[in-house]
Amino acid sequence: MNALLEMQGISKHFAGVKALSDVTFAVRPGEIHALVGENGAGKSTLMKVLSGVYPHGSYDGAIVFDGEERRFSDINASESLGIIIIHQELALVPLLSIAENIFIANPPGRFGIIDRGAVHRRTRELLAKVGLDESPDTLVTNIGVGKQQLVEIAKALSKKVRLLILDEPTASLSEKDSAALLDLLLEFKAQGIASILISHKLNEVSKVADRITVLRDGRTVDTLDCHDGAVEEDRIISKMVDRDLEHRYPKRQPTIGEPIFKVSNWSAYHPLHSDRQVIKNVDFEVRRGEIVGIAGLMGAGRTEFAMSIFGRAWGQKITGRAEMEGRPVDLSTVRRAIDAGLAYVTEDRKQLGLLLAEDIRKNVTLANLPAIAPGRIIDDMKELRVASDYRGRMHIRCHSVFQETGKLSGGNQQKVVLSKWLFTDPKVLILDEPTRGIDVGAKYEIYCIINELADAGKGVVVISSEMPELLGICDRICVMNEGAFVGEFAGTEASQEKIMRAIMRKGEQRPMEALA
Amino acid sequence: MSDTALNDKPRHAGFLKNNLREYGMLISLFAIMIFFEVVTNGTLMRPLNLTNLVLQNSYIVIMALGMLLVIVTGHIDLSVGSVAGFIGAVAAVLMVKFDVHYIPATLICLALGGLIGAAQGYWVAYFKIPSFIVTLAGMLVFKGLALAILAGQSVGPFPPTFQKLSSGFIPELVPDAGTLYPTSLAVGALLALALVWLNFRGRARQEAHHVETEPYGFFVAKNVALFGIITYFAYLIASHRGMPNVLVIMTALIALYAFVTTRTTIGRQIYAVGGNEKAAKLSGIKTERLTFLTFVNMGVLAALAGLVFAARLNTATPKAGLGFELDVIAACFIGGASAYGGVGRVGGAVIGALIMGVMNNGMSILGIGIDYQQVIKGLVLLGAVCLDVYNQRRA
Repeated sequence: MNALLEMQGISKHFAGVKALSDVTFAVRPGEIHALVGENGAGKSTLMKVLSGVYPHGSYDGAIVFDGEERRFSDINASESLGIIIIHQELALVPLLSIAENIFIANPPGRFGIIDRGAVHRRTRELLAKVGLDESPDTLVTNIGVGKQQLVEIAKALSKKVRLLILDEPTASLSEKDSAALLDLLLEFKAQGIASILISHKLNEVSKVADRITVLRDGRTVDTLDCHDGAVEEDRIISKMVDRDLEHRYPKRQPTIGEPIFKVSNWSAYHPLHSDRQVIKNVDFEVRRGEIVGIAGLMGAGRTEFAMSIFGRAWGQKITGRAEMEGRPVDLSTVRRAIDAGLAYVTEDRKQLGLLLAEDIRKNVTLANLPAIAPGRIIDDMKELRVASDYRGRMHIRCHSVFQETGKLSGGNQQKVVLSKWLFTDPKVLILDEPTRGIDVGAKYEIYCIINELADAGKGVVVISSEMPELLGICDRICVMNEGAFVGEFAGTEASQEKIMRAIMRKGEQRPMEALA
Repeated sequence: MSDTALNDKPRHAGFLKNNLREYGMLISLFAIMIFFEVVTNGTLMRPLNLTNLVLQNSYIVIMALGMLLVIVTGHIDLSVGSVAGFIGAVAAVLMVKFDVHYIPATLICLALGGLIGAAQGYWVAYFKIPSFIVTLAGMLVFKGLALAILAGQSVGPFPPTFQKLSSGFIPELVPDAGTLYPTSLAVGALLALALVWLNFRGRARQEAHHVETEPYGFFVAKNVALFGIITYFAYLIASHRGMPNVLVIMTALIALYAFVTTRTTIGRQIYAVGGNEKAAKLSGIKTERLTFLTFVNMGVLAALAGLVFAARLNTATPKAGLGFELDVIAACFIGGASAYGGVGRVGGAVIGALIMGVMNNGMSILGIGIDYQQVIKGLVLLGAVCLDVYNQRRA
């Protein structure tokens, strides 16, 4: 079969560092080709070479598209051939409507005057194609991330698409939205549009991909054909990391003690809509040495629950009772929650967790400055000692603790955030999506840290959208849906099916609740 | 632990490159001073002119200290010029019309400044109204109020003791020393010695903990230069009329703010708020209160600057303070503060203010009109910030 795209012997250097070396990559017409690899393996760089972000001449090798060698000078050049890339961070303007976003670059019209009728009509057609039932006039900010992703794809379809590149399209989507998106890719495939899918979620990859190319350290390791029989996830992983991960989750022998932290009858309302109860009279407890998972779909209220506990950082009209080691505690401000022994590692470490422009040292000590500043004057040598200590303990890979955290990889950034919270010496840690956007190797290290914390007698709560992760590391899994717990399983008994069933069952009951 | 710390040991190569930013400002200041010293045929560095330079810029430097903190938290204060003018007017009315003693009058004025800062900070910190808007309103309000309480007239003169705030000099302990003021010289030399001692102590501490230090030769040369330059300036100042009171106040404030910003928890927290407010909040930092306090602090410093300026003119005029905010903000940005918050140093803001001051003074001596002076200052501001952005991109 003739290839639609062939990238031959692509090499790319950045200031002496080889990001890609002699990468070969080919996409056949109408296939879904998955590109997998650890963070830093070169996936994004390769796609930037392909889309012309790195223009011809800044790399070695050749790009052949449609049987001709192409030399893209910028992104417009590749787009005009129908190579469209959708980035991980969505490029939509929140306060413009769906229609305005789709036609933001070249709206139909004459002499610079926009033909609103045509915009509307064509937007409706495109939304129908991606299966999104929204008015073209809806502001992008008012629809969820899953729908925004569809708008982004509709925007791509407004141009003539031959090859669609999706960079981690499902990273922030719920299982349901992810499934819908993947179905859409299959539909495009039926229409003859080829896709390149970059993803960390191997279950999705193996579900839709025709072929899988694995990159490691800037080289093509292998291209697996999914039609030669099912490709096992573990086989992909072992190719990605160049070592057999016999277990993706470290083994641990739990020793679970008495309840350490408990909330009862906890409720919280939406910060903007004071009549919308988001957390509905919830009871929850963690035991010493226990790892409790909270499963649920995006929007189930898990993050909201955690943040409302952590110093009322989310929501209003928060009521309920909290006990730490049997004694009632005041969690009304973040400071008090920290002093009570709580720590909350946010799901979004860049926006909510780190001072990206500051060094590792200052980030590590931020939540517990008094410990390095007797009399409010910072003992800089003590601070340095603390930071170096955590750097060693957490295996933070950096050239010194004076390195900016913004320049670290995702996994190392997460370790800095964890260090910050460990330095507050918490009794209970709530980890919200602790491995999001982190490569497989770093994930394993984070799991080991979580295990160590539990073994040290702390209570650990893990919120995650990746069910295999929860099943792999948790002693107990609570299932949340629409602001309430709808199921609870011992780690050994739980399965993805049981969790999904708990969520769905709750959904079916809803009309009856409304009647009662 | 010692293993990891050892990895932080010296890598001298690239040291200068990494620290060019820090010394670049200082080098620019000296380059500008030498330039004007040459083109004004030595007028710039004459003791009389140097004393004037200090007096002329003291209120800008004082306000720049407060503005730096405001900018670091990610805000701006456009009202400082009007507030300074308003406080000067209040001081004049209190002391001249109502014969209030200068000490209570000064205290009332500083407290009033704090109150004004609190009023503005309240809206910014707790109501999340953009500081640009709040302080733009404040700029109009206090400009108007100054005009109102002065009834459009200039009010003066101030009591002679109050004038000493700006035009006074520290007392000379050595009688009949001729044209030189030995006490002022000694104070300057002691200050220089103290700074050198602090540097050496800091280096010893760092070495004891195996922290990367600058090359020894460079360190010694830096300290020799520091000592020499400060002592030389003290000598120049001492050969006119001695050390102005306001220079003492200014130096003390600079030292205080440098210490607070770099070595205290409150300083660290202010930078955290500017760097990532949400992350700071989730780390238990009371972000609203800190923002509020930076505005209170700015109000007090604007009031002090207003008093210094009024004392220098010996009269309060409705036009006092006009446009000061622009010089103050420019000083911070020339000094490397980031408009996005989280970045900026006290030393940078002071150097920025001095660069502006030296250019004002030098161009005036050269007889360049006020028109082109502004054009040149504007271009320097733009150039300095562009250079900064360029350097950061490259890094």
